[in-house]
Amino acid sequence: MPLLHVSQLKKSFLAPDGATHAVVDVSEFALEEKAQVALAGESGSGKTTLLNLIAGILKPDSGTIRLGGEEMSALSEPQRDRLRATKIGYIFQTFNLLQGYTVLENVLLGMSFGAGEDREFAMALLKRVGLENRLHHQPRQLSTGQQQRVAVARALANRPKLVLADEPTGNLDHANAREALALIREGCRENGAALLLVSHDREVLAQFETVQDLARINRAAAPKEVVS
Amino acid sequence: MGCTVGLLSNKTFSNAVRLVVKSLRQHALSTSVTAASIALAGGLLMAVWVVKSESQKTFTGVTGGFDAVLGARSSQLQLVLNSIFHLEASPGNLANADYLDLKKDTRVALAVPIAVGDNFHGYRLVGTTTEMLTDVEFAPGKKFKVREGGRVFDPNLREAVVGSFAARKLGLKYGDTFQPFHGLIFNERDKHEEEYVVVGVLEPSNTPADRVIWISLAGIQNMAGHDPKTATDVSAVLVKLRSPIAGKQLELMYNKQGNRLTFAWPIAQIMAQLFDKIGWMDRVLALIAYLVALVATGSVLASIYNSMNERRREIAILRALGARRGTIFSAVVLESAAISAIGMAVAFGIYGVIVSVVAAVIREQTGVVIDPLTLHPVLLLAPAGMIALGALAGVVPAWKAYRTDVAENLVPVS
Repeated sequence: MPLLHVSQLKKSFLAPDGATHAVVDVSEFALEEKAQVALAGESGSGKTTLLNLIAGILKPDSGTIRLGGEEMSALSEPQRDRLRATKIGYIFQTFNLLQGYTVLENVLLGMSFGAGEDREFAMALLKRVGLENRLHHQPRQLSTGQQQRVAVARALANRPKLVLADEPTGNLDHANAREALALIREGCRENGAALLLVSHDREVLAQFETVQDLARINRAAAPKEVVS
Repeated sequence: MGCTVGLLSNKTFSNAVRLVVKSLRQHALSTSVTAASIALAGGLLMAVWVVKSESQKTFTGVTGGFDAVLGARSSQLQLVLNSIFHLEASPGNLANADYLDLKKDTRVALAVPIAVGDNFHGYRLVGTTTEMLTDVEFAPGKKFKVREGGRVFDPNLREAVVGSFAARKLGLKYGDTFQPFHGLIFNERDKHEEEYVVVGVLEPSNTPADRVIWISLAGIQNMAGHDPKTATDVSAVLVKLRSPIAGKQLELMYNKQGNRLTFAWPIAQIMAQLFDKIGWMDRVLALIAYLVALVATGSVLASIYNSMNERRREIAILRALGARRGTIFSAVVLESAAISAIGMAVAFGIYGVIVSVVAAVIREQTGVVIDPLTLHPVLLLAPAGMIALGALAGVVPAWKAYRTDVAENLVPVS
């Protein structure tokens, strides 16, 4: 049984003109445990919405999302929050670190809503991403590359089964992008987490053995050029 | 807050507390400003209540050790204020014979005459008999005590015993001499020729007697410039009764059957009537304090509500990390309550300052001492009420936070 199984998933939004705008229409998608899959999608292809649905941040209009055997669409919002806190790590393009918190506190905060704080593990993760000397720095005191490394550590803090990465290198230069991507992939591998990454960056996509075209998976997305 | 805690799991609560502590630090400036407004409001609220109730309790408890006052026909309140509190003008004199009649009355345990009409730099000279300083218990078991080295004045000499507060303010000490001024209000042109010597300073009694310069009755009666025709008159007679029934009987005799004199009895009840008369002022002050408290609570609401827009992304991130809506809601309510709690902690300092200043003013004006450290239920109820109001004020911004759309506020959105 796959770790993640999405079936007949639909999500639409109301446009300002009152019309319904379908954003996600996925008939079938699966991700095995510890697998690393990249979804290729241009802007507007419903990447973030799909990841938000999988993370339980958004509730689908219809369809099912099974994560680790649990049917997410049947869960209440607090139950989805709990599932997200314990089984999912989320890496954003803009890092989404809390500015008032230190590097270590950002990682600890990622743990506090899940299984609970494990200071030792948080420090080990930060050491793993090369930030053992920046534990008490504020995010704004770090470079963008370092900030994304904090976000990687935070995503892995709860020992998740699945890490979702939404354009994680979008705000980084080439060198930092390569380094961040390697860290994400190694971190997931070392912690036994599956990785579902969405990106439009060919260089990033080229790093993955399995790349799927979001336009093919998501019928609501406009057909785009396929990246092989 | 207790209710909020009861509805939340321990983990949700501890997460909320963590977020609150961080948020208070992050928004230190607005937290300080808002907490300061709560502190001012809370300090004012507590001070108004305590000053009001303590002054009422203290003033109605000040009788000077007497049950009644006999004086010229006037209002009972004026008589009490003039002869017990040494405030207000004397309503007039009564003949020495009236004093002697009362003194001889078997229903009277003690009758002490006083005569007023002179001052020294605004502090009243009160002529009386030595019984006032030797026999009168101004409070149960407490008599006036002259400081070591001094003694009670000789009724035949121009000697004075100075109350502790007056002595301190005037700088008078044993052996000093002074010339009184005519009238109850100081006017340097009205200096009497007579010179008095200070033979004693009283230990503090925390009563209006502390503001008085005591001399012999004859001293006031025969002061140069006073009308020789009234030289034997007294201003009032302070009366200690043998029984409450005697008070009722004498009140009937002087107030209902006679029309020359006024018998003010019982003193405590007359003072209570004063507070009833100025009760509207209490209510206005209390209303102002309540309004200030409400405005301060509103400032907590406005401060947190206005910060919600800039906090939306932070809330969305927390929610994306797995924070529940309930955690976010309770964090905002707790933050609001915490700001009120910080404010109320500071409010005790402000309360202390206000009450100390008011107590000093009351003591200076009346000699009555209000203890600023008195424990009063409002010192518990006001903080509890303000914290509860603060928590309530947090509900509106908390609801806004609760409804924050996570996906919409996590950028970028494709």
